[in-house]
Amino acid sequence: MNFLVLVVDDEPDVEMLFRQQFRRDLRDNRFTMDFAQSGESALQRIGDAAEQSLILILSDINMPGMSGLELLPKAKAARPDVPVIMITAYGDDATKRKALEGGAEALLTKPIDFLVLRREIDCRVMRQTY
Amino acid sequence: MVDTHFRDALADRLAIPEIAEGGLRQPVQYPRLCLLIFQAIQPTAARLCDAHYAMIFRGEGDTFKLAANHGFAGEYREWMQRQIIERRRDTLVGRTVLDRKMVHIPDAAIDPEYTWSESIKRGGFRTMLGVPLLREGTPIGVIALCRSNVSPFTDKQIELVTTFADQAVIAIENVRLFDEVQARTRELSLSLDDLRAAQDRLIQTEKLASLGQLTAGIAHEIKNPLNFVNNFSTLSKELVDELGDALKPIALDDKKREELDELTRLLKGNLEKVVQHGQRADSIVKNMLLHSREGSGERRSVDLNAIVEDSLNLAYHGARAENREFNIRLDRSFDLAAGMVDLFPQEITRVLLNLISNGVYAVMKRKAEMRDGYEPTLAAATGDLGDRVEIRIRDNGSGIPQGVKEKIFNPFFTTKPPGEGTGLGLSLSYDIIVKQHSGLIEVDTQPGEFTEFRIILPRKAAVSRAGVGS
Repeated sequence: MNFLVLVVDDEPDVEMLFRQQFRRDLRDNRFTMDFAQSGESALQRIGDAAEQSLILILSDINMPGMSGLELLPKAKAARPDVPVIMITAYGDDATKRKALEGGAEALLTKPIDFLVLRREIDCRVMRQTY
Repeated sequence: MVDTHFRDALADRLAIPEIAEGGLRQPVQYPRLCLLIFQAIQPTAARLCDAHYAMIFRGEGDTFKLAANHGFAGEYREWMQRQIIERRRDTLVGRTVLDRKMVHIPDAAIDPEYTWSESIKRGGFRTMLGVPLLREGTPIGVIALCRSNVSPFTDKQIELVTTFADQAVIAIENVRLFDEVQARTRELSLSLDDLRAAQDRLIQTEKLASLGQLTAGIAHEIKNPLNFVNNFSTLSKELVDELGDALKPIALDDKKREELDELTRLLKGNLEKVVQHGQRADSIVKNMLLHSREGSGERRSVDLNAIVEDSLNLAYHGARAENREFNIRLDRSFDLAAGMVDLFPQEITRVLLNLISNGVYAVMKRKAEMRDGYEPTLAAATGDLGDRVEIRIRDNGSGIPQGVKEKIFNPFFTTKPPGEGTGLGLSLSYDIIVKQHSGLIEVDTQPGEFTEFRIILPRKAAVSRAGVGS
């Protein structure tokens, strides 16, 4: 099974950062990563993703057009089984509350603590594997 | 203003240098001026009317009392000063006030109405003349002239005293108006000072508000690229380690190996610096963003003393955790009446932690300079001001120089060495206290002695504002 993690962020350099950060996992095919630079594009990727493969959606909140908080209910509607973790530069209480109320699994703040994120991804991979 | 014509005439006729030489042009107090006028009138009136004694009585509510006199020995004057004269016909003054016109008693000893024998006995007079001082028909005083023998006043003398009385009333009235104008001028000048102070505060608040918005805007823009700097530099540090590991098995001559080791070491060191300074920039930006944060917890009723105590403990233990040597005296002076206050607890705690840690910084700095014989002390006090409460945080640290004091609430102003302070603590505290809580924060300091921050908060929220600068 090829697990897929979808990362949604309007910043193109996010892809480079994630690919470098998780280079060993990607090389070893523990999972693959797909990148969308807008909410609209993300919804399309979610629709295209094979049923079993999509294990996690990571989404930025502040994006032009559809924001992460607007994407959240749409993503949950399309794939209620897939956890969504929101990522924001400003981790204030109100944003956190909105994200959690919208069904997000967690809220991470930038700069991303990759140790935490890795744990989150590992946890999903393990759950799907065993 | 005092009628100059009358002033000159009065001065000429009564020869009062103090009035003629500008006594009335200077700010002299009302009662003092009245006395001056009384004192000026009496001897002249007595002399011109050929009276032995002259007195002026002044109205105090419904009764009259001696205000000035001429010709009496000390004993009678002292006795008369103690007398409170009512509006009755048995005294000269009482009858003059009741009649509101001149009263002439040719011989008090045989006057059917005059029965104040005590006064006649002590004063030893027979013929008496009373002239009312009328302001808009109301008696405000009485001029009394007396002779020790029976010798009625002539019509001319009576007319002269009546004129004196009229002019005295005008003088007193002018003095009163003059006094009123002066009081009003003082009031207006105080109002103007208040207005100027309010304007200054408003300008300062506006300046800080726009600066706050500007910094928040910049912070938003900087945060994203900064996040990349931080993430990529951390990642690159790991990559350099991995590069070192990857190069280990490769056979190289010693010189090359040495060169390679040095390069990776330098590269790693540089990346560590990028990470370190990136984190520093990140903490500055985070603080800047606190200025524009939209939500800041809930406003609720909180025990003021408890929140100050908690902040004190938090700051103290925080400092202890950082530095085991840390030790200062904490003085608490909590007013139990301070009670419950409507506030954003998270935000007020942030302000208190800020002030306390600044205080701790100041005392530790002074301790490092003074060494022996100095006890670093931080005092926290609360107080009940009725519909408001106050918090005072005082330290006996190095104090704040005057030039610095004016700038402490400005964003990014700091006197700490680079990396130790962002210069946003007090600016943020100002926002929280003044804008979010409609309170007041002020500082009192003596360089080399102490610094005291005083916060005043309304007990109940007036207009609730959810956040700072939002």
